[in-house]
Amino acid sequence: MNPSDRTGLALSGVTMRLGDGDALVTALDEVTLTVAPGELVAVVGPSGAGKSSLLAVAGALTIPDCGTITIDGHDIIGMSARARAAYRRDHIGFVFQSGNLLPALTVLDQLRLVTKLSRHRTDDRDPAKLLADVGMTHKADRRPHQLSGGERQRVGIARALVGQPSLLLVDEPTAALDRARSHEVVQLLARETKRSAVATVMVTHDHDVLEHCDRVIEMIDGRLSTG
Amino acid sequence: MFLAVRELRFARWRFTLMGSVVALIAILMVLLSGLSSGLVNDGVSGLQRLPVTAFAFDAHTKLDSAFSRSVVNSQQVDQWRRQPGVRDAALFGNMLVNARSERGLPIDLALFGVEPDSFLSPAPAEGTGLGRPDGIVVSQTAIKAGLRLGDTVSIERIGTKLTVVGATGDQRTFGHVDVAYLPLATWQRLHQGVGPDEKLRASAATEATAVAIRADGDVDLAAGDAAAGTTSFRKAGAYGASPGYTAETSTLRLIQLFLYAISALVVGAFFTVWTINRRHELAVLRAMGAARSYLLRDGLMQALVVLGAAIGGGVAVGVALGGVISGGEVPFAIEAPAVAVAAVLLVVLGLAGAASAIVRVAATDPLAALGAQR
Repeated sequence: MNPSDRTGLALSGVTMRLGDGDALVTALDEVTLTVAPGELVAVVGPSGAGKSSLLAVAGALTIPDCGTITIDGHDIIGMSARARAAYRRDHIGFVFQSGNLLPALTVLDQLRLVTKLSRHRTDDRDPAKLLADVGMTHKADRRPHQLSGGERQRVGIARALVGQPSLLLVDEPTAALDRARSHEVVQLLARETKRSAVATVMVTHDHDVLEHCDRVIEMIDGRLSTG
Repeated sequence: MFLAVRELRFARWRFTLMGSVVALIAILMVLLSGLSSGLVNDGVSGLQRLPVTAFAFDAHTKLDSAFSRSVVNSQQVDQWRRQPGVRDAALFGNMLVNARSERGLPIDLALFGVEPDSFLSPAPAEGTGLGRPDGIVVSQTAIKAGLRLGDTVSIERIGTKLTVVGATGDQRTFGHVDVAYLPLATWQRLHQGVGPDEKLRASAATEATAVAIRADGDVDLAAGDAAAGTTSFRKAGAYGASPGYTAETSTLRLIQLFLYAISALVVGAFFTVWTINRRHELAVLRAMGAARSYLLRDGLMQALVVLGAAIGGGVAVGVALGGVISGGEVPFAIEAPAVAVAAVLLVVLGLAGAASAIVRVAATDPLAALGAQR
């Protein structure tokens, strides 16, 4: 999709309960949130507040009990499971804790794999150029175990951007990093969010890095409040 | 293949170790197959080489002693000749004897008594065919054992002297004993234990062990049995009448069966551990949008590469070892079809083991990629 046609992520009245019977937990309670293209939104809150559930529903990994979710105007709840998986592959990028890179692949191959997973997509970004953008060209042929935590996270961000996603979901990107590296990584995220005009949601515990975000939302017991 | 190849390279020691186990199994497989074929040859190659569709024994003969107990006569041969679908029938005599060549070489022989002008008569590769009453045509293996053309062989106890006039080009053995073809009339005298100067009882001159039948594939053996008063077995069914044949082959078959089961389990177990090790990685791939079919295909390709290389290598080593073994005393014969079937079966079972592991893990919930670190 042409970046100028994007409208970003919109959640409205999203409610999700987990477990059953007495153990029923309301993970998301009437959550309404919009994230515009090029906007980096941080979601903070204590453990168990529902941050991971928010990422899971926004990323089409799971379906909420009620509410609507649209990405660039596409209703992802109404899709079949197969269509949703394809949509996830082609339009949503994930950045996981500590990168979650594949140990067997070199840095460059981590990015090339994304292209291999989706043959019909034609507008993928060039892996080598993308590596240059995140400052990792000099380590293109290293494997994850030869990288520092910050470097792994940079590669993870680049990998998530290969498919030109509309939505970038970032899960605790600084959990394993020291202060200086944390700042670098979130700065990179902010920069790439603007440059790629992607709507980015970052879940974090790390209050130090919030200065780089456009907006900070606090989540407590499944509810959102603008912080 | 993108991921599979890189993982093979990355974890090459793990895959090499795994491959070595599979290769060892393949070597064992080839050796067993060779021993099995060797034993079959030793036991029944004499019967295999006969241009026969079926053997008809005396009625109610038990298969396991058929060649030593059964007696049939020429009237039964005539009955069989008249059956529709039967192209030819002839008396066939079979007995085991101890003999000694004139140069003192002791040799056991399976005497195959055949009419020199019947379809059973052997075409020798060396020397001449059956004709003179005391002339025998022996298996190539008897020549290897030290018998020569022109040697005189005396049958122990009876004292009858036979002369080696020809030899077949290939191995013809029965019950691990070298076959010697001889004219039926001579066989009948030996079978009755009649010495050179004695007279053969008249009825014995029409008798032999079985009726050898050459017929069309769809011949009705039961009808022939009813008419001739015989019990017939198709040739392969009659192999069981060779001494020890059934016991030997079923022992080896059981061992082979266990090997197949073990190889499937070993490969399945390896890929289970390997894929469970990668559970988190696979969840990440799924979250990135890798289709389940992609992961399956990738995993199976990986298994196929490992299995193909290991089994190919194992078969090559096994065949080389077999070459060494077959030069010695052990009955051993590498037969390409048997080895190919074993190799393909190993690959298929290995893939099945791998697939059962991969299917379970490829179903990993991509949600597992989020949340807690491993």
